[in-house]
Amino acid sequence: MNALLAVIRRDLLLALRRKSEALTALFFFVIVVSLFPLGIGPDPNLLRKIGPGVLWVAALLSTLLGLNRLFADDFADGTLEQMAVSPTPLGWLVAGKILAHWLVSGLPLVLLAPMLGLQFDLPVDALGLLTLGLLIGTPLLSMIGAIGAALTLGLRGGGALLSLIVLPLYVPALIFGAGAVEAQIAGLQAGGHLSLLAAMLALSVFFAPLAVTAAIRIALE
Amino acid sequence: MTQPENSLSAHDLACVRGHRTLFEHIHFTLTAGEWMYLRGSNGAGKTSMLRQLAGLAHPAAGSVRWNDEDIREAGDAYREALLFLGHHAALKEDLTPLENLCLAAALDGLALDEATALVALRRFGLKGREELPVKFLSQGQRRRVLLSRLLTRKASLWILDEPLAALDTRAVDLLGEVLADHVGRGGIAILTSHQAIPLPGGRELMLEGVA
Amino acid sequence: MSSRLINWFRYSSPATFYPLAGKLIPWFAALAVLFGVAGLWVGFFVAPTDAQQGEGYRIIFLHVPASWMSMFIYMVMAFWSAVGLSLNTRLSGIMATALAPTGAIFTALSLITGSLWGKPMWGTWWIWDARLTSELLLFFLYLGYIALRAAIDDPRRADRACAVLALVGVVNIPVIYFSVQWWNTLHQGSSISLTRSPSMAHTMLLGMLLVALAAWMYSIAVALTRARAIILERERHTDWVVRLPELNA
Repeated sequence: MNALLAVIRRDLLLALRRKSEALTALFFFVIVVSLFPLGIGPDPNLLRKIGPGVLWVAALLSTLLGLNRLFADDFADGTLEQMAVSPTPLGWLVAGKILAHWLVSGLPLVLLAPMLGLQFDLPVDALGLLTLGLLIGTPLLSMIGAIGAALTLGLRGGGALLSLIVLPLYVPALIFGAGAVEAQIAGLQAGGHLSLLAAMLALSVFFAPLAVTAAIRIALE
Repeated sequence: MTQPENSLSAHDLACVRGHRTLFEHIHFTLTAGEWMYLRGSNGAGKTSMLRQLAGLAHPAAGSVRWNDEDIREAGDAYREALLFLGHHAALKEDLTPLENLCLAAALDGLALDEATALVALRRFGLKGREELPVKFLSQGQRRRVLLSRLLTRKASLWILDEPLAALDTRAVDLLGEVLADHVGRGGIAILTSHQAIPLPGGRELMLEGVA
Repeated sequence: MSSRLINWFRYSSPATFYPLAGKLIPWFAALAVLFGVAGLWVGFFVAPTDAQQGEGYRIIFLHVPASWMSMFIYMVMAFWSAVGLSLNTRLSGIMATALAPTGAIFTALSLITGSLWGKPMWGTWWIWDARLTSELLLFFLYLGYIALRAAIDDPRRADRACAVLALVGVVNIPVIYFSVQWWNTLHQGSSISLTRSPSMAHTMLLGMLLVALAAWMYSIAVALTRARAIILERERHTDWVVRLPELNA
């Protein structure tokens, strides 16, 4: 447990020394979201309809942006190797890294989303639901993404390959996350969507570190 | 501190890279207080063998045993006893040597107070560089930071890949002392090197390649 | 060069598998042709013309078996991946690799026939129907698998990394399928209910089953052929491959 906290502290410290990387992904999110009204037109009804989907797709893409760096630096400088021979179980260290990744790249998206939702004229309760959905969904994105990042460690064309592997797996999160807000706007119950999203998160908390650990050991060999 | 029961043994170890067999039928046993000098030309499979011994790579055949237990079964108990220092310095460029050393210990689940870390770094001649980000250090100084872990992490088995690379003569002598100390206390060490190691009494294993 | 294959093939040796597969391929190919001809004959000549959909509906004799196979092959790939990871057998990775392109082709076929069928029915090539959308996502999963395999040079790492991906995929397929269903009902999208048409007669089912059997036999024959090629490529330096009569002819 101490080791888990140590990894989180370490990765946060590293992110702090290199602020630009985390900020780039965040600005990417803002810019992508702002491009849609420019491409589609400023009709408030239309924007309200596509808003949740656009914000979620932008969140997927900007999560993806930082993913290939998740393990790549530690892989290149030998730290990942040290983690694999450490007495601390690799699963704990991996879980810490994923959590730190979410704190740096996922949480800011969640905090920023309601403000960007205003650009799409989303009503207040929809904004709340969007934020709640992203709060449950972005850790899920980090965990699924970590599997892809570990599988593509050190490969040619890592970034594009990572997207190809990870994006289809992101579809359920996208459907339930954006669907919750759309259901709310349409006057339906949104609780079911969020419960399913939370169930997927619970499942991935259990399985993702296993898959990531296996993938890292394969990549190190 | 003596642990006379400790032993590391290799049974019929083999390594295959692509379609080439690098080595096969390797047997040895090292017991407490013994060290081994692994030799061989470039590409003979020295690093591959060290990685198999550390449990990072699957042997193509054979097994590695720690205290007569397969290291895959021993798992965390084996990694508790093991300190493996590889080719890479495993240092973060943006952090200082002191931070690197403390974080490495923390990842291993050990609390390392700054005073002990400073003593280790100074012993390896890094006085005055403790608070400088690693990116400003030379290659040899980075190796010294890595080697400081030999002093801060208690382990009965050291597996060191080219520990002398990029070190000057004073650091080489110092490493000899540290190694002698470790072996004298009943530790086991395996290392590769292209330079002579200033430590008497080691066993030698020569990897000559399979024809 | 060492000829010894150190303990690699504890369970299944490519040297034994290679000639065995060679003997089996013609049989599976013959069965595929036989079932295929029978199934298409039933589909085109025996099955009655649909009252509402006319002759165009006959594309289901390709579409439905292709969809079945696309999902089935992914399951088989995942099965071989699990075997490969747990028992460390080389042949399992080879089989999974050999199956992936066939699975992707069936998925593509299912998508193409689905949209061909949609054009006369709805006047549009693509409908975001739940089943077609799931099939599209399955196609992406296959592409990811094939791309990951292509990006890794070391066959051992490729086998193991792809096995992890296949298992992650197979866990996700039900989730994806369910979520797409859910999404579809929320948006009240149109649904192509090919198999639920009222005139769904026994002859139609028979036709689809025969074509599905043909597709199955074809998949086995093609996967074995591809597996043989992969074995030759990976084992080209071993004695038994060098001594193969067909290479020395």
